[in-house]
Amino acid sequence: VNATSLTSILIWLPVAGAILIWLLPLSRYATGSLALLFSLAEVAFWIEQAARFDFSQPGLQMEERANWFGDLGVSYHVGVYGFSLWLVGLTVVGMAACTCYGYWVGRDRSRAYFGLMLLLTGATVGVFESQDLLLFYAFFEAMLIPLYFLIGVWGGARRLEATIKFVIYTMAGSLLMLAAIVVYGLQAGTFDLVDGPTSASRWLFLGFMVAFVIKAPLFPFHGWLPDAYREAPPEVAAVLSGVIAKAGLYGMLRIAITKFPDPTSFYRTTVLALAAAALVYGSLLAFRSPDFRGVVAYSSLAQSGLIALGLFAGTDLGFDGAVLQMVAHGLISISLFLVAGAVERRTTTGEFRLLGGMARGRPALATLLMIVGVISLAVPGSASFAGEFLILAGVFQRAWWWSAIGAGAIVLAAMYMLRLISAVLHEARGSTVSDEALDLRPGELALVVPLVAGLLFLSAWPAGISSHSFTPDSPTAAVKSQFK
Amino acid sequence: VINTPPIDWFGLSPILALTGASFCALLCAVLVPRTARRVAAAGCSLAGFTAGLVLAIWLYVDSANGHTIAADAFYRDRWTALGQVILCCIGLATTLLAVEHVPGWGRDADPARRDNHVAEFFALLLASGAGMASFVGAANLMVLFLSLEWFSIALYVMCAIDYDLEGALEAGLKYLIVGSFGAGTLLFGSALVYGATGKISFHGISSAIGSQGLTGDTFVVVGIALIVAGLGFKMSAAPFHMWTPDVYEGAPTTVTAWMSSATKVAALLLTFRVMTTAFPDNQHLWGWAFAIIATISLAIGNFAALVQRNVKRILAYSAIAQAGFLLIGLSTGSALGGRALMYYLIPYSAAAFGSFAIVAARERELGVPVTLDNLAGFGWERPFLGVAMWFFVFGFAGLPLGGGFVGKFYVFAAAYQHGWVWLVIVGVLATLVSLYYYLGIVRAMYMRPSEELQLPPRSGVAVSGGSPARETLLHLAVGAALVVSVGSLFAVQPLIDLARDAASALPL
Repeated sequence: VNATSLTSILIWLPVAGAILIWLLPLSRYATGSLALLFSLAEVAFWIEQAARFDFSQPGLQMEERANWFGDLGVSYHVGVYGFSLWLVGLTVVGMAACTCYGYWVGRDRSRAYFGLMLLLTGATVGVFESQDLLLFYAFFEAMLIPLYFLIGVWGGARRLEATIKFVIYTMAGSLLMLAAIVVYGLQAGTFDLVDGPTSASRWLFLGFMVAFVIKAPLFPFHGWLPDAYREAPPEVAAVLSGVIAKAGLYGMLRIAITKFPDPTSFYRTTVLALAAAALVYGSLLAFRSPDFRGVVAYSSLAQSGLIALGLFAGTDLGFDGAVLQMVAHGLISISLFLVAGAVERRTTTGEFRLLGGMARGRPALATLLMIVGVISLAVPGSASFAGEFLILAGVFQRAWWWSAIGAGAIVLAAMYMLRLISAVLHEARGSTVSDEALDLRPGELALVVPLVAGLLFLSAWPAGISSHSFTPDSPTAAVKSQFK
Repeated sequence: VINTPPIDWFGLSPILALTGASFCALLCAVLVPRTARRVAAAGCSLAGFTAGLVLAIWLYVDSANGHTIAADAFYRDRWTALGQVILCCIGLATTLLAVEHVPGWGRDADPARRDNHVAEFFALLLASGAGMASFVGAANLMVLFLSLEWFSIALYVMCAIDYDLEGALEAGLKYLIVGSFGAGTLLFGSALVYGATGKISFHGISSAIGSQGLTGDTFVVVGIALIVAGLGFKMSAAPFHMWTPDVYEGAPTTVTAWMSSATKVAALLLTFRVMTTAFPDNQHLWGWAFAIIATISLAIGNFAALVQRNVKRILAYSAIAQAGFLLIGLSTGSALGGRALMYYLIPYSAAAFGSFAIVAARERELGVPVTLDNLAGFGWERPFLGVAMWFFVFGFAGLPLGGGFVGKFYVFAAAYQHGWVWLVIVGVLATLVSLYYYLGIVRAMYMRPSEELQLPPRSGVAVSGGSPARETLLHLAVGAALVVSVGSLFAVQPLIDLARDAASALPL
């Protein structure tokens, strides 16, 4: 395969898979297998793309460009940078694990379900690869449609309220972004992200940022988060927090910070304050949360805050750390939600007061949850320790108190994560935990272990991402040159 | 001796083809035996719209230099031709729908009466199509008014053709009264403009206003206001919308599908033409008027739709709101605005037609009006129609599933280019509100199990043996609408090129 067409293949292969699945009247198992095949093919294509990616070259790689509508300067323009390569990787790996989970638990209405999962994969990859603002917006919105169905049809009891809240929140943000895109593009004469100039307009910056802070989310725009993460099926919650939320953070990096340097420095303190608030408040809520998914959900809010702290620090270390942490937290959060799903399937609940003592007789579950939990609380030597350290060091260069707040929040992370581990695995045996509740089955191990292996790999070599995201320039220089 | 002007018959040929087919369909009503009448009349309709389509395409190709024909009564240019192409396509789709779905659900029970007025229905459909085809090409106020009455009268009868269907007579009568009032307003406005300028042709009016300095003339200003109001009735823009929900709800759904798409296409294309051609110097007046009408339509349409339960009423209010979006493009009066309007009308009319066609299918299988409650489970029972429906409503909502997304983007771009950022913001907020009820339709179809549906389908009527009626032609029509709606997202450039060529016929 031609290297440049890999970019488009990664977007459109899953879409083609979705259409195929909708058209073919296959059985549940055949449908699931076909979907799994497509998502694994995605991973293979991504590995190929990463292998062919030249980290010594600056600028956009594997670029493809075609006219969409010329009179307003809108084109189909896709390509990858170092950091978007990692996020695409996170997407395809995470989506493959989650599709596999859906297959494992045997979701009903399988053709609809697997088609939507593949559609979501394509749209999310599209967000990370598109280099045209309107194309970016189209994919950004397109992610919402499969998510709406996945939560609304396969979700928990209160799924309808959750979906309405989720959709209205995110659309409110993204429609303001559409207005900003129209204004920016017509002023610039092009909607191309690579060719487009920087802008000093604070209004436009805010128009973009409101979409991203809702998607990420940052405090106080997280109103949709607890319901959506609790009511979604576990694998969809995993995708939401592990992958989709990263689209908001990616947008901050690729568009808000890059294209609006002056407004970024003007609003830096404000955004840093929101990020710090998300970090501390999310950690506190996670500590107070009565259930497994609540802890993971609010810890995602906290982590989004931390990553935004790194991005808006505007320093080399901050950018590197933010990209590393996006990937690391993505893997952590997907693993945790999938384990939460496994626990819920065995006990019918995620509430801590009904759980406990699951470690006894279930070594695989205990070991995996322990490893992921320990990495997640940023134990020294882990991938998220590297990420958080870089972020805190980066924001320290801005002002010392930001990193003081961040360091405090890491203590909170240890508190909520240890509380989760002990409430699920240890303590007295919960009323819903019966002896019949099995350990993780080989099928479940097959989808969580690769994610954990990825985390362990990143723990051993965090520079694999942090030094390969903005090469060959320094991150700030790359941002300043708009990644050209 | 009256000197007859030379007439370019080819320029009028789509209208003539549709009128001729209409006469043939009417003859079917008396000459063809009842058993073959439906097929024969539908055949006339298909042939008529196909001929109209082919001739309109031919005219489009052949009319690069737009000019007036028949003594300055009619435009032969690409704006007219493209409008006629769209109208004939909608007409073809409506014919497919009508074969299986006219009369509406109320009369399936009585097979003896089913075919009573079917040939007249197709005759009226063709006649209204011919009227609209003439309307979009009108070059003077007289032709404008006559064409308006021509298609309106056909529509009044079509609304009430199913006279023992609950609400159909009410719909027909309401449309007749309100529509006549609108037509009267338009006529009065035309008279005032004629009184001030002494001209009825659009070009003549504009040059008279320019040369005699009549821009601020009271008669002209009031005349424009009345013409705007009269046309506002036809495009169901608020505050001239009050007939829309009742008529859309009461009329047979096939007629609603035709009205919501074709009437809007004709009314908006003609309005853009008459405003930019006859009143270019008064753009500061009508531009603002339409911007305000757009804002009111967006507000009323979207907020009123939020509280509806009947799906046809929701879609009717959505049609009012969509008129608001289309009017954003129109109000700018610029080349970009014209392009945006023409482009947007293509996915809009496909989605409007398709969504009502799907409602017709559900109505037929239930035997009662479709509400959000009895839509439950529809998406799972009829996968193709369900998927099509969410493509259409998400397209309305401006999600990137269809050309509606690009259309909205274009009208916002036109508004911004015109310096109206506030109108962009209004459009964005309106889109946000509209999401709630568009998502409500999808929620009703997919997210509530059909076991919740307490209403059993009528036995032995439309549903035989528990499975839905075979509706091949309906599926074909919906499929075509889906292809247009989704295809226009990908084929933006060719469609925009067509729209640009069409708009270049106007003095922009």
